[in-house]
Amino acid sequence: MGAAKQALRATASQAPGVSMADNGLDRALPAQQAAAGRKVLPIVEGAVLITALILPLVLQDYLTVFATRVIILALFALSFDLVWGYAGIMSFGQALFFGSAGYGVALMARDLKITSIFLVLPAGTLIGLATSLLLGGFLLLGRHPSSVIFVALGTLTGSYAADRLARGWYYLGGQNGIPSIPSMSLGSYDITEGPVYYYFALGILVVVYLLCRFLVRSQFGLALAGLRENEQRIAFFGYKAQHLKAIVFAAGGTIAGLAGSLYAFHEGFVWPNMVGVVISTQVVLYVLFGGSGTLIGAVIGAVIIEGVSFWLSDNYRDIWPILLGVLLLLVILFRPLGLISFVLGERERVGSFGVTRKEKRNAAP
Amino acid sequence: MPLLEATGIVKVFGKLTALDGAALTVGENEFHGLIGPNGSGKSTLMKCVAGAEMPTQGKVSFVNRDITLLSPTERARAGMSLKFQITSVLPTLTLYDNILLALQAQSSLFDLVFSRTRGVLHDQVMRMLSQFRLADHAHDAAAALSHGQQQWLEIAMALAAKPRLLLLDEPTGGMSLEERRVTGELLQPIKQHCSLVIVEHDLDFIRDICDRLTVIDQGRVLASGTVAEIQANKSVQEIYLRRA
Repeated sequence: MGAAKQALRATASQAPGVSMADNGLDRALPAQQAAAGRKVLPIVEGAVLITALILPLVLQDYLTVFATRVIILALFALSFDLVWGYAGIMSFGQALFFGSAGYGVALMARDLKITSIFLVLPAGTLIGLATSLLLGGFLLLGRHPSSVIFVALGTLTGSYAADRLARGWYYLGGQNGIPSIPSMSLGSYDITEGPVYYYFALGILVVVYLLCRFLVRSQFGLALAGLRENEQRIAFFGYKAQHLKAIVFAAGGTIAGLAGSLYAFHEGFVWPNMVGVVISTQVVLYVLFGGSGTLIGAVIGAVIIEGVSFWLSDNYRDIWPILLGVLLLLVILFRPLGLISFVLGERERVGSFGVTRKEKRNAAP
Repeated sequence: MPLLEATGIVKVFGKLTALDGAALTVGENEFHGLIGPNGSGKSTLMKCVAGAEMPTQGKVSFVNRDITLLSPTERARAGMSLKFQITSVLPTLTLYDNILLALQAQSSLFDLVFSRTRGVLHDQVMRMLSQFRLADHAHDAAAALSHGQQQWLEIAMALAAKPRLLLLDEPTGGMSLEERRVTGELLQPIKQHCSLVIVEHDLDFIRDICDRLTVIDQGRVLASGTVAEIQANKSVQEIYLRRA
């Protein structure tokens, strides 16, 4: 049985491009092929998780600090992937929620001396939720369905305006931002950068990842699949397409807010770029590079782009941005579905949403 | 009281008057054909009924309710369903998921997030698939289907939510003769619970399955009545002769 399964997997992975046509010829295989093919994603997810768990044990301290930053950026990438990769909303201003939350918790720590983890993280998350609800409500819930361009420009403008506001407002520290934010505290213990912060951030990333995974594989995830493929069609089924979009947009904003607050305390300062176009663009690149529409793709994209930039800037001090740009272009040109598409077929990426085998067993007495 | 009543529908696109006081009345469990020469405005009339276009003037009422200005979502929730002229099944999803997507459209957000309805809907999905002879392909991507099969899938999706009225815009477009015959057979059983409006060029197909016909010409109703009445109608014969 094991050998047969492996053989099936081999045939499925050898010819991902023609599998659709093949399905027309052989009726017995598709279900099994799908079942066999579905195995790739959990393997990738498991491998990434194990790597992430052992990383601080083998890295030097300053690299663990860098890795923590990457973990937090991966969390931020998830928020954009949910919004763009799953709901098809082109949010070019995702940093608005990331940065607003960062500034929010920085002000709490500076002016109110509140650093308790139980207060600052929920507050940052709420700031992300509130700003994304406001902007999302305005951009997505109009009388008529809003176009992709309208939403892209609207979010971009929001992010740009916030950047200018932060630069010009003395209370927010102007160009310099807010430096030396005190550490986040848990009781009398300060969570400072290093392995503790790393594992804490990783824990949050895993929990949020699992929540997103649950969401995108649910019937709600099926509705999102319909939404990103043909919004008008599903409105004619009776879906409130714009509401669905606003909900996902707000969920993305919430996650971005959580990531922003973690980032602010980890770096110890916030600065205008954090709400602006630079970080907004960076997160788009993470997701396109890794593979939008898969959660693990967003994580891998963040890790690889950050890792490669780090390495390049160390070794090719003068020309590294050019090298990075060329690499990004190559991937986007030749692998529009991102790096993940090297191992993941189209069918598995989209997934299926019917009853699981377990549910079927429970239903049939 | 008829199920659907559209009266005095005017639709102007810039300088072009596509509809000039057209009307359409459909009773319960009635198969109603909407015919007319190319450019007569029948597709536009269908769109005004479905909510894809808003009429410039006129009134559409459905199940005793004025729906003229309701959005497509609200019309769907009131029991109206539409199959587009261009097939718009979701190609990357499996057939199973295409049907489930249509069936779960009115589930609450809570039920969707916690996947509470898919267990209940499983049997309905399989029933729809086998009714439209697609059960063998349940787990294939919809893109792998033939054109005719995609049309059937689309009709199955439009019927999934048990509408009171189904609007079909050229359901047999691009189909072979055999596929047309099967489409007719597939549509017969739904008469027990659903009315139908069909826009169609294939007059033989229309004659076989419809109870009543409305003929549109130049944005106005030329004639409306049973199939026999329309066939005997002089002015209808004239336009079809003139254009043929």
